[in-house]
Amino acid sequence: MSKPIVATTSLAGCFGCHMSLLDIDERILELFQLVEFNKSPIDDIKTFTKQCDIGLIEGGCCNSENIHVLKDFRKNCKIIVSVGECAIMGGLPALRNGIPVKECLAEAYLDGPTVGNNTEGILPNNEELPMILDRVYPCHEVVKVDYHLPGCPPRADLIWEALVALVTGNELKLPYEVVKFD
Amino acid sequence: MRTTVKTIIEKYNNDKTRLMDILMDIQNNFGFISDKFVEVIARETGLSIVDVEQTLTFYHFFSKKPVGEYAVYLNNSVVANMKGRAAVAKAFEEELGCKFGNLCDDGKIGLYNTACIGMSDQEPAAIINDTVFTSLTPLKVKGIVQQMREGKKVTEMIDVIGDGNNSSPLINSMVFNNIRKEGPVLFSEYEVGAAVKKVTEMTPNEVVDEVKSSYLRGRGGAGFPTGLKWEFCRKSEGPRYIHCNADEGEPGTFKERVILTELPKLLFEGMAIAAYALDAKEGIIYLRGEYKYLKNYLEAVLEEMKTANLLGENICGKKGFDFEIRIQFGAGAYVCGEESALIESAEGKRGEPRNRPPFPVQKGYLGMPTVVNNVETICTVVKIINNGADWFSMMGSHESTGTKLISVSGDCDFPGVYAIEWGMRIRDLLEIAGTEDVLAVQIGGPSGVCIGSKEFKRTISFEDIPTGGAITIIGKDRDIIKDVVVNYMDFFIDESCGSCVPCRAITVLMRNKLQKIIDGNGVMNDLDDLVDWGAKMKIANRCGLGQTAANPILTTLENFREKYEALIDKDSDYNTGFDLEKAVADSCAYVDRVPNL
Amino acid sequence: MSEKIKFTIDGKQCLAKKGQNVLDAALENGVYIPFLCHVKGVKQAGSCRICNVKVAGRTMTACTTPVAPGMEVENDIPELHDLRLAIIEALFVEGNHFCPSCEKSGNCELQALAYRYQMMVPRFPYSFPQKEIDASNSKILIDRNRCVLCKRCIRSFQDDQGRNLFAFKSRGHKVEINIDKECAVNLSDELAQEIMDVCPVGALIRKEKGFNEPIGTRKYDKKPIGSEITSVV
Ligand SMILES: Cc1cc2nc3c(=O)[nH]c(=O)nc-3n(C[C@H](O)[C@H](O)[C@H](O)COP(=O)(O)O)c2cc1C
Ligand code: SF4
Ligand code: SF4
Repeated sequence: MSKPIVATTSLAGCFGCHMSLLDIDERILELFQLVEFNKSPIDDIKTFTKQCDIGLIEGGCCNSENIHVLKDFRKNCKIIVSVGECAIMGGLPALRNGIPVKECLAEAYLDGPTVGNNTEGILPNNEELPMILDRVYPCHEVVKVDYHLPGCPPRADLIWEALVALVTGNELKLPYEVVKFD
Repeated sequence: MRTTVKTIIEKYNNDKTRLMDILMDIQNNFGFISDKFVEVIARETGLSIVDVEQTLTFYHFFSKKPVGEYAVYLNNSVVANMKGRAAVAKAFEEELGCKFGNLCDDGKIGLYNTACIGMSDQEPAAIINDTVFTSLTPLKVKGIVQQMREGKKVTEMIDVIGDGNNSSPLINSMVFNNIRKEGPVLFSEYEVGAAVKKVTEMTPNEVVDEVKSSYLRGRGGAGFPTGLKWEFCRKSEGPRYIHCNADEGEPGTFKERVILTELPKLLFEGMAIAAYALDAKEGIIYLRGEYKYLKNYLEAVLEEMKTANLLGENICGKKGFDFEIRIQFGAGAYVCGEESALIESAEGKRGEPRNRPPFPVQKGYLGMPTVVNNVETICTVVKIINNGADWFSMMGSHESTGTKLISVSGDCDFPGVYAIEWGMRIRDLLEIAGTEDVLAVQIGGPSGVCIGSKEFKRTISFEDIPTGGAITIIGKDRDIIKDVVVNYMDFFIDESCGSCVPCRAITVLMRNKLQKIIDGNGVMNDLDDLVDWGAKMKIANRCGLGQTAANPILTTLENFREKYEALIDKDSDYNTGFDLEKAVADSCAYVDRVPNL
Repeated sequence: MSEKIKFTIDGKQCLAKKGQNVLDAALENGVYIPFLCHVKGVKQAGSCRICNVKVAGRTMTACTTPVAPGMEVENDIPELHDLRLAIIEALFVEGNHFCPSCEKSGNCELQALAYRYQMMVPRFPYSFPQKEIDASNSKILIDRNRCVLCKRCIRSFQDDQGRNLFAFKSRGHKVEINIDKECAVNLSDELAQEIMDVCPVGALIRKEKGFNEPIGTRKYDKKPIGSEITSVV
């Protein structure tokens, strides 16, 4: 029997959730026994090369590229899991929600104390660049998400237990300590 | 200015329980209640500043910013919309060159939306500086705006005078009564004062018993037996109070406007009878701020009643039968019609319903036993005393004795007040109201039910479809979801007191989900969610507002499910409504870039 | 000693003092009924609606319902479980609860309830409202993003003249909490701490304090809220 295939990505996240995944320590070896990785920063595969079983999403959606990647994951993965607060509720990037995007851009490129030498007041508008969304969207407010693993980042044990349960089809039993929002 | 404010506060003995009156007088005097005024009120009444603000900011008709020399409050109810409100609103905005929610003409004229003002039989209607303008048209608006600009007094701007007492100099209003069916109870001939005279020859318990044996049930909506309520109240040690609920806030209701205009003596006499039965010395009529145009008239009638010894001291010569009535105006809050919120408001606080127990009959106004009764209930008592409980209980249906005033409006030829016997079939009422091609009937206002033709054989009664009196007829050409449900949900969102989490938050979430469906992004699951969330609303909230706030959605989902399903994308089982094009529009515009999706 | 009233919660025999409400009585009898707005000894608000229980088929808030003799209270049943979870979720989407950056995280009762009821993601869409922070008071910062409008602060704190330190503003979903500029001007450190402790969430925060306890040692890191009364099955 072939191994289940896992893909991962970081959208508007900080890679903390990926770090937490690595935090499962020596169980990482076991993980590689259990699953095969496809598109993921873990093995540096940049595009999907086959249909996957599980897609782990870190980060919410703050720009058009995030949306495209998320939709691509939805298309290529049977099960989508939102990993971490940013994927679930926007996380700290969503602190900008409620502030008009124009004000955010002005603060970042024109008025803020860290603007530096952008004396000509240039706003990034090259068509190669992703377009900024009006706010940061939780993943399940864009596409259907099957499971959610909260935490900032989610405890390594939570990610591990959830992955094992998904892969083996066993019932997921979560000890109280592992489900946390911070 | 400060001295005027102080004088106002002194007029109410610096009493914090009279905060509503203090705020109202200041609002009327200055057109707003500034931070400075708030500080003075706080100091003089011994409240903290935030506490004064808590009351001030709860009510729609109080404002911290100037509302304008002329403050136009245009009704935005369902019926107003049916009758052409949009064109009227547009005319106001075009004439003044500014939008609703703003001050126009250098601060002279303010345009505001407001919930139903009790004129559903003559919409579109607006209140400008306490004066009511009915049956508005864009042309009339032109004239009104011009006269406001000329600085004319609002009372001189009305062009038609209504019928009955509306034409009395003390009211002098455009409002028409539209009494379509008088019925044998409230509008029948009677001798003023005969009933109160009669009760002075009875014991209070006998009065309670008489009301009990008439099986009269409250006309305010809940239908609690009136005699029983009085009896419960008598069980608690006094002083006791009788409050008359004249808040009439349920959109589509206006029958109490007509009673207050044509039968105020009947009402005051009824209150005196209740006072006698309860041994109450003081009564309050809690009158919605929208009906302030009746103030001078009602105060004059109260004086007249006193002169006739039907109020005041030793009423009808009975020693120790003393009773005074004061009018407490509301200031634009539907929830204050809920009896305990009404009491809170009459005590000068934000109109937040209380937890029960204790019930108002145990601990009500100022912590004392208080009966709150609807206007119509109290008036009915007079006729029961005059004609006997048996005469009364012969009328109506098994569990609903007597008659009921119904306010009919919407898509019909004869909007107005109908006194019907309980047990009348909806179908028969529709016929006499002059209707054809009825799509739906909303019974009991937004908090009631919306039924389709299959149910028109049902009856208006506590045992079948109960109602406080609002019947809104919705014609075949209406879009029930967009024209009716949306408006009602927005009404509840605006009027929730905000205390209970479900009422405050889930009403908004349901409204948003409804919008998602309207926008074409609904899936079947969304309908199930609405049913589930609505069921939670019913059981989880403190007062009737929150418990019924989901009804517009729930009852239309039940009776007009096909209208919802028609909006649903049945091929999809998940749709968030996310729209990339929309989501990037603002940022692309700002950085000057053509979106490449 | 006065007569005790017998009643049951989910079949368990309980005793209450005369006039005691169902919530207080339950907690004393070792039965956990979840709640957010209740503070022992302070007038009940009955506003969070989380302590809703069923009595004779009717739902009512335990904090405002006096125990009656022979009363049969239903508490730990699936219907109420889902209702309570829905209310908790509604609170999460109604405000802006960025737990990872909140000083109260780990000691927050809203978060703790979400843990106890295993909220993985709210069933409602997030609303991301715009809320103002009030930092004008010298001791207490008000972060309205996190306020659950439980009125604990309103009900708990008056000055020596009986004037309220806190009050609501507006109504409906626009309601917000306010602190009085005059009455709350000279708060002692002790009172400021008390205020912070009364607030179930991180809406009232003592200035220049916060993140004092390391993760792992906070109130709800290891044990669910209410587990000292009834453990989670
Ligand atoms: C949100 C809400 C609004 C209400 N508005 C009114 C009202 O405007 N007039 C009224 O008489 N009763 C109203 N009621 C019902 C009152 O709470 C109360 O039952 C009634 O005044 C009792 O009088 P009755 O027994 O004579 O009907 C309302 C109830 C709720 C929950
Ligand atoms: S149900 Fe709504 S209006 Fe009634 S008390 Fe609760 S929040 Fe206030
Ligand atoms: S500030 Fe805290 S205590 Fe006060 S109402 Fe908000 S959540 Fe409750």
